Amino acid sequence: MTEPDAPDGSEAEPQPTSIRESGHRSDIVVALAQMAPLLGDVRRNLLRHLELIGSARERGADLVVFPELSLTGYFLKDLVIDQAVRLGGEEIGTLAAASLGIDVVAGCILESDDHRFFNASVYLSAGEVAHVHRKVYLPTYGLFDESRYLASGNRFRSFAADLPSAHPRRAWRVGLLICEDMWHPSSAYLLARDGVDMIICPSASPGRGVGPGAELGTATSYDVMTRTYAQLYTAYVVYCNRVGYEDGINFWGGSRVVDPEGRVMGDAAGRDEAMPLHRLDLAALRRARIANPMLRDERHDVVDAECERLRRRERD
Amino acid sequence: MSSTRNARDCAGASVTDAMTLPEPGSAGEGPARDAAPRSVLDIDAALVTEILVRFVRDEVRKVGFERTVVGLSGGVDSALALTLACRALGAGNVVPVLMPYRGSSPASERDARTVAAGLGTTPRVVDISPQVDAYFDRFPEADRTRRGNKMARERMSILYDISGEVGALVVGTSNKTELLLGYGTIHGDMAHALNPLGDLYKTQVFALARHLDLPREVIEKPPSADLWEGQSDEDELGFEYAAVDRLLFHMVDERRTRAELRALGFADDFVVDVERRVRQSQYKRRPPLIAKLSNRTIDRDFRYPRDWGH
Repeated sequence: MTEPDAPDGSEAEPQPTSIRESGHRSDIVVALAQMAPLLGDVRRNLLRHLELIGSARERGADLVVFPELSLTGYFLKDLVIDQAVRLGGEEIGTLAAASLGIDVVAGCILESDDHRFFNASVYLSAGEVAHVHRKVYLPTYGLFDESRYLASGNRFRSFAADLPSAHPRRAWRVGLLICEDMWHPSSAYLLARDGVDMIICPSASPGRGVGPGAELGTATSYDVMTRTYAQLYTAYVVYCNRVGYEDGINFWGGSRVVDPEGRVMGDAAGRDEAMPLHRLDLAALRRARIANPMLRDERHDVVDAECERLRRRERD
Repeated sequence: MSSTRNARDCAGASVTDAMTLPEPGSAGEGPARDAAPRSVLDIDAALVTEILVRFVRDEVRKVGFERTVVGLSGGVDSALALTLACRALGAGNVVPVLMPYRGSSPASERDARTVAAGLGTTPRVVDISPQVDAYFDRFPEADRTRRGNKMARERMSILYDISGEVGALVVGTSNKTELLLGYGTIHGDMAHALNPLGDLYKTQVFALARHLDLPREVIEKPPSADLWEGQSDEDELGFEYAAVDRLLFHMVDERRTRAELRALGFADDFVVDVERRVRQSQYKRRPPLIAKLSNRTIDRDFRYPRDWGH
């Protein structure tokens, strides 16, 4: 198994080896595996992944998305070292082997050859690792401690996913943002500029901020972010948060898909383990982009010129 | 259950004036529909209840337990903790324990029984008088602070004994106000396996208790550790919960500066007193100090979550 997202920066645009037979479907079915990983038990979490992948496949899903660090749990502290997996290792191999007839996004601690540890989500397809995203923004404030234990990724890339598509040369372009990555609007901008159709956000968002409102502060924030990015970048946003508790800290679930017009599809999930399915349609995305052609009108030249100016100023 | 701290004079009175000031951040939200002004301590009781009930269920079950044991004093904190535990695990899986001392107020035991019965639980009653008296017969000079702390620790040891006997985790009842002020007995009522109330100020405990329809007498009586006759938390502390909770919220949660607190109407000496209480009781909220020798000292650079493997 090779890593397509080579750290040396070589830029071979990954092409899907084949567009899966889909008849005339322009839509796909995405399953949100909103689950509560065990904290520090990769072996049992892996078995749970295999069960859920099987179940999602049976229910007709083309893609199943797991939350951030779904193989390990979130507040790992020193367990980061013991729970890490490697791209060529057995655990990712087992998951990849399960990605037949269904694509899988799973979260893990990824150890690099030079022994750095990343908070990563891997996109598995047709038995292979198709894409890896290493979390760029590691929250280290308040209750978060990620930079103490983890190295940060250095790229936001979308890629052509091997998902069913009605048009052989129009593949779904997918990009991953892990939890805190979402809190930096430039992340979503870069994916949009890279042609993303579907922003997948695996998340382990701790619930906090109780007040008079019926929703947690964090839940409200993600509601705003997912709807805003979807609408402004006319892309699907697939948000899969985990549930359960770790050392008294709750994870609030609320997994949802937001369509390219910024509407939450169906109901967001609650606080229980659940695996809702959503139908995503490139035809709907096309309609949204015709109705709201912000991407067409985006002035990348202005952005680049201004960024260059700011870069010069920051250098001084 | 709280323990004794020396009462201190403290000018908290002027802070009641601040209650009528508009809260920063709430100004643009329109006038409240009812007469009660919106407070920074307002919480959505249904949401908080859901989080706390799931907390108890999740953290108890995943470590292999099904049952909990709760010391029930007749006060609002333990009544709320018991209610949450019952909702989480079912009344049959929760053992309330009444541990009166012969000097305790009969009203406390009566209220505790009302709460236990209302939830469909069968309380155990362990009179702590013999063991407490046996000890202090040897130390008759002990003041009421020592006696109060001893009672709290006897109760802890009983709860942990029952915990072992029936295979149940001890649920704590310390709220955020008393934890921050250090108004509790270390290794006494502050000792427990898990605490659903530790991030709720006393004012919020009352709000949740009202939401969950706890008996009126439990909610309306003045808060007391009931370690001696006529004891009152607010008399002993020297300020009202309503005032100190608002101060703690602005001080701890919002990290407001001394000047900002003054602008909100909190008297300087009240602020200084509360800051001192928080600082001086920090040791109670932390594990014991370990003298560092190795490169991996427990809790310093040997850091693992408590829910390790669960």
